[in-house]
Amino acid sequence: MTRIGVVVFPGSNCEYDAASGVTQLGAQAEFVWHSSTDLSGFDGIILPGGFAHGDYLRPGALARFSPVMEAVGRFAADGRPVLGICNGFQVLTEAGLLPGALQKNRGLTFLCQPTTLIVESTNSVLTSAATVGQELVIPINHFSGAYTCDDATLHQLEANGQVVLRYKDNPNGSRDDIAGVANVAGNVVGLMPHPERAMSTLLGSADGRVLLEGFVGAYVAVR
Amino acid sequence: MSSAPEPLHRALGLTDAELGDIRNVLGREPNHLELALYGVMWSEHCSYKSSRMHLRRLPTEAPHVLVGPGENAGVIDAGDGIAVAIRIESHNHPSAIEPYQGAATGVGGILRDVFTMGARPLCVMDPLFFGELTDARQRWLVEGVVSGISGYGNSVGVPTIGGELTFDDCYASNPLVNVLCAGALPTERLVLGVASGVGNLAVLLGSSTGRDGIGGVSVLASAGFAGDDGAASLDDAKRPSVQVGDPYEEKRLIEACLALLDGGYVVGIQDLGGAGIVCATSETAARGGVGMDVDVTAIPLREPRMVPYEIMTSESQERMLAIITPENWPAVAALCAKWEVRASVVGHVVEPVVRQDGTSVGMLRVRDGFDGEVLAEVPAKSLADEAPLYDRPRRRPADLDAIRADDPTDDEPVGSPNDDLLALLVDPAWVYRQYDSQLFLNTVVGPGRDAALLRLAGPGLPHSERGIAISTDSNPRWCALDPRAGTALTVAESAANLACVGATAKAVVNCLNFGNPEHPEVMWQLSESIDGMAEACNGLGLPVIGGNVSLYNESGGSDIDPTPVVGLLGVVDSLVAPPPGWNWREGDAVVLVGTRRAVGDQAHPLGGTRWATGRGRRGGRVPRFDAVTLAGAIDFVAAEIARVCAGGTSDVTAVHDVSGGGLAAALAEMVAVTGVGVDVVELTGHGELFSEFPGRFVMATSDVEAFSVRAGAAGVPVASLGVVGGGRLRIGTMVDLAVGDITVRRRGALEVALALD
Repeated sequence: MTRIGVVVFPGSNCEYDAASGVTQLGAQAEFVWHSSTDLSGFDGIILPGGFAHGDYLRPGALARFSPVMEAVGRFAADGRPVLGICNGFQVLTEAGLLPGALQKNRGLTFLCQPTTLIVESTNSVLTSAATVGQELVIPINHFSGAYTCDDATLHQLEANGQVVLRYKDNPNGSRDDIAGVANVAGNVVGLMPHPERAMSTLLGSADGRVLLEGFVGAYVAVR
Repeated sequence: MSSAPEPLHRALGLTDAELGDIRNVLGREPNHLELALYGVMWSEHCSYKSSRMHLRRLPTEAPHVLVGPGENAGVIDAGDGIAVAIRIESHNHPSAIEPYQGAATGVGGILRDVFTMGARPLCVMDPLFFGELTDARQRWLVEGVVSGISGYGNSVGVPTIGGELTFDDCYASNPLVNVLCAGALPTERLVLGVASGVGNLAVLLGSSTGRDGIGGVSVLASAGFAGDDGAASLDDAKRPSVQVGDPYEEKRLIEACLALLDGGYVVGIQDLGGAGIVCATSETAARGGVGMDVDVTAIPLREPRMVPYEIMTSESQERMLAIITPENWPAVAALCAKWEVRASVVGHVVEPVVRQDGTSVGMLRVRDGFDGEVLAEVPAKSLADEAPLYDRPRRRPADLDAIRADDPTDDEPVGSPNDDLLALLVDPAWVYRQYDSQLFLNTVVGPGRDAALLRLAGPGLPHSERGIAISTDSNPRWCALDPRAGTALTVAESAANLACVGATAKAVVNCLNFGNPEHPEVMWQLSESIDGMAEACNGLGLPVIGGNVSLYNESGGSDIDPTPVVGLLGVVDSLVAPPPGWNWREGDAVVLVGTRRAVGDQAHPLGGTRWATGRGRRGGRVPRFDAVTLAGAIDFVAAEIARVCAGGTSDVTAVHDVSGGGLAAALAEMVAVTGVGVDVVELTGHGELFSEFPGRFVMATSDVEAFSVRAGAAGVPVASLGVVGGGRLRIGTMVDLAVGDITVRRRGALEVALALD
C-alpha cells in the first residue's frame, strides 16, 4: 500500500484533510511531526495547508528551518514525490525546493472561494493522471497566494513546462495566472488551491480526485 | 470645593450594598485584593445578576440534552455516539474600541468554551451588527471586525460557516459582535470544569499573564459608553481593557488540551476567559465543593512588577486551567512540551474548611508561595455563585403605544417596488469570502444561505452519516416593537432556516444583547423577550442549553434596540446528498408553502420590516406567534428536504425561507444565485411583496401536482406562484427587473457601501 507522510508543523491545520484525501484513494497516511528527520518508508510526502509556526514573519519563512525540511529536501533530491498544498507550497518556495514566491492577494484580503483551474502540463506527480486543458473546480483558501517570480524564472518555467495549473479567472493577482508549479523533474509540486477539499460532490466538487490520484499513483512511476 | 476620592469598591464596579454583602460573607472587612476579586466576579458579565431570575423561566430540558445552561457550553447527544457542544457569546464593547482584537479574541474565547468540554471545535458563526455604512467609522468597524474574525479563525483552524450582518443606526455607537461555536466529541469523553480530589494540582496551560484585559468584564463589559459620540470618547480610557489574541498559541493549546483529554490525564478543565484566573479557580473549586490554594508567584508573567490583583484578574488570552493528579504531572508536562505549550502548577486542590456549625466551605486562597503568606481568602462559592441577584424595576416604555400606532402597513405610500426591491438586496459574500468556511471537509452548505449544514465528522469521532445544521437569527426591528412576539418569531425563523437544509431543530442557545438594565424599559424588554423565547421554545419543543446576556449596550444614555440572537442547532439523520438549496431550473413550478397571511388582524403587516425601516418608518405592530401553524409548515419542509439529503428521489429542486425583505427579496435572491428568472402571478399588493413573517417558504418543484398532494396530506397550504424561466423577475404588475440588474446590484451592494469598489 502506498504510504504518504503528511508533515505536521505546529500551526498546520489541513493535515487531517490531506490525510483524508489520500486515504479515500486507497493510500495509507501517517502524520510526520516537524522535528522528525527520518522519512524512510514513505512513498510520498505532503506538506499540508495551515499557518506553520503561526506564519507571523512571512508564510513558510520559519517552517523552512524545521528539522523535517532537510529530510524533505533529501527526499525530493532522490526524485520521490513531494506535494505542497497552500501553506505547504509557501514552505516549499521558502525552502528553495520550488522557484518563485507567494505574496499577498491583489485585493489584500483572505479569499476562500471556488476557482476553476486549467491543467497546463501533465509532466508532474500531481497532474500525471489529468489531461492538458482539463478544467477543474477546486477551492482556494489563502491570504498570501499571489504567485510571483522574476522574468528569467518565468521564462524557464514556461520553457520547461513547469507551470502545471493556471487559474481560469485569476482571483489573487498571480503572475501569468499561475496556480501551481513543479520542479524541473516534476516530482516536487506546489499549488495554492486545495485538491483535498474537492473530493466529493457532497461538498461541492470531486475534481480534486484526479490530482491526488496522480500523486498517490506517482510512486509507482518513480520506482 | 474639593471632591473626596472615589471609594475603592466603587472604582472596582461594586455598589455600597454589595460591599455590605461582602462584609457579611467574610465576617470582616475585605482587603483590597479580595475586593478586586469580588469586583470582577460579581460584575454583570460574570454573575448575570440582573438577568438570572428571568432566565429561570426558559425551558432547559429534553431527553437528548447532556449538559444544560451554566456550564462552559451546552451539549446534546446527536446520536451515533457523538455529542455536540455549542455556545454563543458577545464581544461587543471590546470590538467597539479595538475592532480587530475585539473580534479576534471573541473567537478565541468561544473556542476555549467548547474544547473545555472535550469537544474539538468544528465551526464558528458570527452575527454582526453595525450602524449604517454611510458613516466612515462604521466602515472602519466592519473591516476591522471581519478581518479580526478572519485573521484569528482561519489561523487557529476552525471554519467560519455563517452568521448574520445587520446595519441599523441604533448600533452606530455600540456595535454587536456575537460569536457562536459548535464542536463534537465522542459522547463518553465529556468533561466538566470541576476541581476534585484533594491534593490534585491545578495546572495553568498556555500564554503567560500580562496586563491586557484587566477589568474587562467589569469596567468594559458591565458599563455603558458614556459619551454621546459613543465609543469614540472612551477609546483611550478603556483601551487597556481590550485583550490581544494569538491564534497560533490557541491552536497549540487546542491540540495539547485535546491530547491531554485523549490520554485521560485530566480530572477537570476550565478555560480562562472573563475574570481570568480568579474565575477559573473559583468556579472549578465551587463546582467540586473543594478549596483551592493559588500561588500567585507560580504564574508566568509577561510584564514586570505585576501585583496580585492584576495577576488574578488579568484576561490575557489563550490560557486554560487543568486539574490533574500529581502522578500525571510528568506526562502532562511532556505532552505540553511537544506542543510548545507552557504548563505551570499554580494551584493545589485542598480540603474545604469545616465551620463551627458543621458545614464545610471550599476557600479560594491566594498565597505568596504555596507555603507563604495568605493574600486573600474567600469562599470560592461566594465568588462563583453567590453574587446578589437583582429584580430590577421594569416598566413598559411610555411611548410604545404611540410607536405601535404609527403603523406603515396601510398608510405608507407604495413607491417603486422595483427600486425598493433592489435596495433590499445585499450579498454578504465580501464578508464570508474572508473566512475559511471549509476546513475539516464537513461543509455541505456554507455561508450565505438559509442555514449552514455540516457533516457530523471530525478527527477522533466515530463514523456517522448524520449532519448538523446551525442558524443564527435576530430581528431587532420586531423586538423594538414587541420584544415578546419578536423574540418568539425569531425562534420560529431560525427553525424555518434549519428546515431549508433538512434539519430538525434540537436545541437553542441565545445571546441576549440589551441596553442598560438600570433603565426600567430595558429590563421590561429583557423580561418580555425571555418570556417570548420561553413561549416559542415550549411551543416548538426546544430546550435552551446555554446562553449569554450582554447588557449595558448603550451610548450617551441611548440603548440599542433589544437584540436577542438565537442560535439553533439541528440534526439531519442521513446526509449523503446536498440539499437542493436555491438552485431552481428552467420550467420548474414555483410555490409558496405555508400560510399565506400572517396570524393576527393584519394579513401582510409591514411594521418592523426592512422595507418600512428603510423608509424611516420604525413603528407598527408585529404578527402573532402561532406554534401550531408554524410547526406544521416547518416540519413538512424539513421532511421534504431531509429526503433529498438521505439520497431519496424528489421533485423538489429549490427551497428558500421567506425572511428579511419578504417574499420579493426571497424570489430575487434565488434569481440572483441561479441567473434564471421567474414569472410570478399578481400578489396581494406591496404588502405581500415585502411583509416579513416566518413559516413561509419559496419552493420549486418539477412535479407540482405530486408536491401539492404531499403538502395537502400534511395539512400545509400551498399557493402557486409561477414558473421558472427567462431573463427577468416579474411579479404581477408590480416588479419587472432584468436578471442581470438584480445580480449586479446584489453582488456589489456591500462593496459599494464600503467604498471598496
